[in-house]
Amino acid sequence: MVVANNYEMVCGLEVHVELQTKTKIFCGCTTEFGGDQNTHVCPVCLGMPGALPVLNREVVNYAIKAGLALNCEIAKFSKFDRKNYFYPDLSKNYQTSQFDLPICGKGGLEIEVEGEKKWIGITRAHMEEDAGKLVHSGETISTSNESLVDYNRAGVPLLEIVSEPDMRSIPEVLAYLEKLVQILEYTEVSDCRLEQGSVRFDVNVSLRLVGEIALGTRTETKNLNSFSSVRRCMEYEVARQARVLDAGEKVIQETRTWDEGRGVTLTLRSKEEAHDYRYFPEPDLTPLVIDREWVERIRKTLPELPGARRARLQELGLSAYDAGVITQAKAMSDYFDAALVHYGDAKALANWVMGDLTRLLNSNQCRVADSPISPQRLAELLVIIDKGTISGKIAKSVIEEMYSTSKDAQTIVKEKGLAQISDEGALLGIIDNVLAANPQSVEDYRAGKDRAIGFLVGQIMKATKGQANPGLVNQLLKEKLA
Amino acid sequence: MATGDIEKSVSELHELLAHKDISSTELTQTYIDRIHNLEPDLQAYLTVLEDQALAQAAVVDRKIAQGGVLSSLEGIPMAMKDNMCTEGVRTSCGSKMLENFTPPYNATVTDRLQAAGTILLGKLNMDEFAMGSSTENSYFAKTRNPWDLEYVPGGSSGGAAVAVAADEAGFSLGSDTGGSIRQPAAFCGVVGMKPTYGAVSRYGLIAYASSLDQIGPLTKNVRDNALVMNAIAGHDLLDSTSVPFEKPDYTKFLVNDIKGLKIGIPREYYGEGIDPEVAKGIQSGIQTLIDLGAEVSECSLPHTEYAIPAYYLIATAEASSNLARYDGVRYGYRAESEDVLGMFKTTRSEGFGPEVKRRIMLGTYALSSGYYDAYYLKAQKVRTLIKQDFDQAFEEFDVLLSPTAPTPAFKFGEKSANPLAMYLSDITTVPINLAGIPAISIPAGFVNGLPIGMQLMGKAFAEGMLYRVAYTFEQNTNYHTLKPSMSREVLARGSR
Amino acid sequence: MKISREDVEYVAALARLELTEQETQEYTEQLNSILDYAAMLERLDTSDVVPTAHAVPLHNILREDQVRPSINHEKALRNAPDGEEGFFRVPKIV
Ligand SMILES: [Mg+2]
Ligand SMILES: [Zn+2]
Repeated sequence: MVVANNYEMVCGLEVHVELQTKTKIFCGCTTEFGGDQNTHVCPVCLGMPGALPVLNREVVNYAIKAGLALNCEIAKFSKFDRKNYFYPDLSKNYQTSQFDLPICGKGGLEIEVEGEKKWIGITRAHMEEDAGKLVHSGETISTSNESLVDYNRAGVPLLEIVSEPDMRSIPEVLAYLEKLVQILEYTEVSDCRLEQGSVRFDVNVSLRLVGEIALGTRTETKNLNSFSSVRRCMEYEVARQARVLDAGEKVIQETRTWDEGRGVTLTLRSKEEAHDYRYFPEPDLTPLVIDREWVERIRKTLPELPGARRARLQELGLSAYDAGVITQAKAMSDYFDAALVHYGDAKALANWVMGDLTRLLNSNQCRVADSPISPQRLAELLVIIDKGTISGKIAKSVIEEMYSTSKDAQTIVKEKGLAQISDEGALLGIIDNVLAANPQSVEDYRAGKDRAIGFLVGQIMKATKGQANPGLVNQLLKEKLA
Repeated sequence: MATGDIEKSVSELHELLAHKDISSTELTQTYIDRIHNLEPDLQAYLTVLEDQALAQAAVVDRKIAQGGVLSSLEGIPMAMKDNMCTEGVRTSCGSKMLENFTPPYNATVTDRLQAAGTILLGKLNMDEFAMGSSTENSYFAKTRNPWDLEYVPGGSSGGAAVAVAADEAGFSLGSDTGGSIRQPAAFCGVVGMKPTYGAVSRYGLIAYASSLDQIGPLTKNVRDNALVMNAIAGHDLLDSTSVPFEKPDYTKFLVNDIKGLKIGIPREYYGEGIDPEVAKGIQSGIQTLIDLGAEVSECSLPHTEYAIPAYYLIATAEASSNLARYDGVRYGYRAESEDVLGMFKTTRSEGFGPEVKRRIMLGTYALSSGYYDAYYLKAQKVRTLIKQDFDQAFEEFDVLLSPTAPTPAFKFGEKSANPLAMYLSDITTVPINLAGIPAISIPAGFVNGLPIGMQLMGKAFAEGMLYRVAYTFEQNTNYHTLKPSMSREVLARGSR
Repeated sequence: MKISREDVEYVAALARLELTEQETQEYTEQLNSILDYAAMLERLDTSDVVPTAHAVPLHNILREDQVRPSINHEKALRNAPDGEEGFFRVPKIV
């Protein structure tokens, strides 16, 4: 992206994802969100003297799974290290993390922005523990006289995914993040509840003159927790750096924080000296030796990823756009696939899923996974439309009824007597009545005014309260008037 | 209970209990009385658990009364170094930092000794955070050597050695990072085992240097030591570095026979710092073993002199990180301050003693950016060489033998002015921790009325072999039966 | 001199220790004498030596992902120097 005054933006991201294990990375405490402060804690995650960590196997499985989905190399030998720094939310004043031998090595993923495809490299991904939470007495950390610490989150397993500085525009960054989160959600390594902080973003941005090869000085803004914060933060930071450079000054390499309320990034003013994390191998944990058998076992558990699903749906006749919408979230895509088992017309199904079903879910603020209309029931509705039992129009009221009563389509059609009249004899009688009552229209039609037939069909539908089979009505009318 | 009973070994006390010659309550009360008598002079204990101990003893007595069969440690009063967590009982680690720390959980060894039916008399003095070789670094008290009150008991498990030497406990547990069980055992004339790294769980042991720390027993004789190892050793799921090995019955190795065993004498352990009298004493011990049929010859562990710097770099680096958690937030001492940074700094500066701060400084430096490769990484590589020295030696020898310490106990203050001199005296013990192998110190004579110790080293998980040689030596010498005169005097005083 | 007064001050800041003037001086001297002694390690060529982080080589020590009871609230907070309604309290952070 060329911003004002011919600067090019260069961006790399670090994404922290909470893995969806039942227990913390090094102890048996639950990872459940919420809970009274300091109730999901034990000697290990409280950093009590003498307590020791034991690694949760599932954390390693999830890390391998995510790594495979992100096209990363899985290390044959990996270990944990201590990252030493003091902060009150860190119960041991070191974070058990991975330094030089992370579990996932080089990988990457393909993004698409305005029809252009681009590969974004992933440098590495490593396992580490989350810190506790600080609750500040004032509005922000800097206006608070004191803070309260809750260690419930301390020790929740994280995967930190570090990208290459491959992104050149904010849309690229957002495309990367959306794709990344989508893959993490599909692989079910994380619940990806951004609003609960289960995915957090650190954004590294620098500017350089267009055509320049060397990278400019970057800033790192930490702990963003929504796509919109990332976008706003980057817009601000790019403009700020451009102003600094325009003024002939230098961007300072520093860590910044995003003030959501004011929409600005701020220097994380700390009296702390330059970071010197004094990494060294964690003596309380043993290394990991990951053989190919282990990796293949995990590979077998990988679900069909969004890209593959999209391609499959397009082959079934969906437009690229529709396939993208359906596969955006795994829950929706799973719903669609489950319905597809019972109803083969993917395109018609997509219309109903993206149309009426989505509208009903949205207006009731219901997640697709909790839909009162099961995929099978939606498929049944579409089957009876095709059979001619009800018309598409009637079906729209049936689906409303299905949503609010949780009854199946057949039952509703039966109870409300909504089945289409497809009995030729019955329809012919009604047609005769309508023709008799509207001689003018009959005359118009015969005089070549094709539109008149629409009026007559409308009258017949009205007379049958919409239950006449429209195809049959058309056919019979044309025969009568021929 | 007869006057001399308190001097009896664990296995003898077990017989008395099993035959109902004494009750566990009587025995426990005798120990408590003795603790009251001796503590003003010795100060081995930081916490005495009179009521709790008697309550535990009553449970054992009830079992005896109901005709229950006692296991070998059941009803035996013992004590633990104050760096092993005991739920509900203060665990201070010898530091002002943890003066009021009451763990909410038990160390694995605490659980295991409890399950074995032992009676916990109390918690024992130590150098602050196990950093020291004389117990002079305790924040709370100076423990004295019962053989001569002018002398240090060694350290850091000084309290644990004194409690056993002066019959203030049937046995004790200490911890050994660079000699902290063996050296005080030698200074106080008791048996002290530093097991193979990973043989005894470290869960609940307040860490000094995680890759070197190991818990082990201090006892009156070799049989007792094997009995305690039977109770505390073995795999523990709570400690990732605990080794899933097949734990033997260590008493099976207690045979009075070393014929044909090959014993190596590493010449580097007899360097310049060694007291000639100590060397002479050990030489006579070696002669005893030769007379008993061992094949003894000299050998070389060429990287020995590098062990001291390697040890102090690795141990302090790990310590600097392990001790970062003492910040005044969750537990322990706290100094009030305006902001968190100030609170951290003041808390740590006031809560830690000078030796702990010195080691945190050294370790932080060794890990800091620009120095990691030259110090920490280099030390880890040297550690590999030291390990290889031992691997090679054990291809030829069943056991290696050396003095446990280059000198007998020294006087208070004698070495505290010069930390480096103090560190250098660990030359005979630290290589063992670096290599992770087991070593035992057994009483091997006296120099100027002070005990000296003989150290036997074995390959990983060869504790049984060490017990066999130690037991044979013990069966053919009487050093372990000698008691410090002050304890005899007090014993007489107590029985009046 | 391997380690300067400034080094000692930097390291003290990293370790969150506040040293008195006397301590700074003392530690500078003592750390120097220890590091001078440690300089003997430079004599060894270790370019082909693999570092030992664990004395006993173990790997893949893992536990199953099964919830174990956390400790109760009272126990978690029992040793806290300053607490409030189940939180640990600290003075202002910046
Ligand atoms: Mg990180
Ligand atoms: Zn926990």
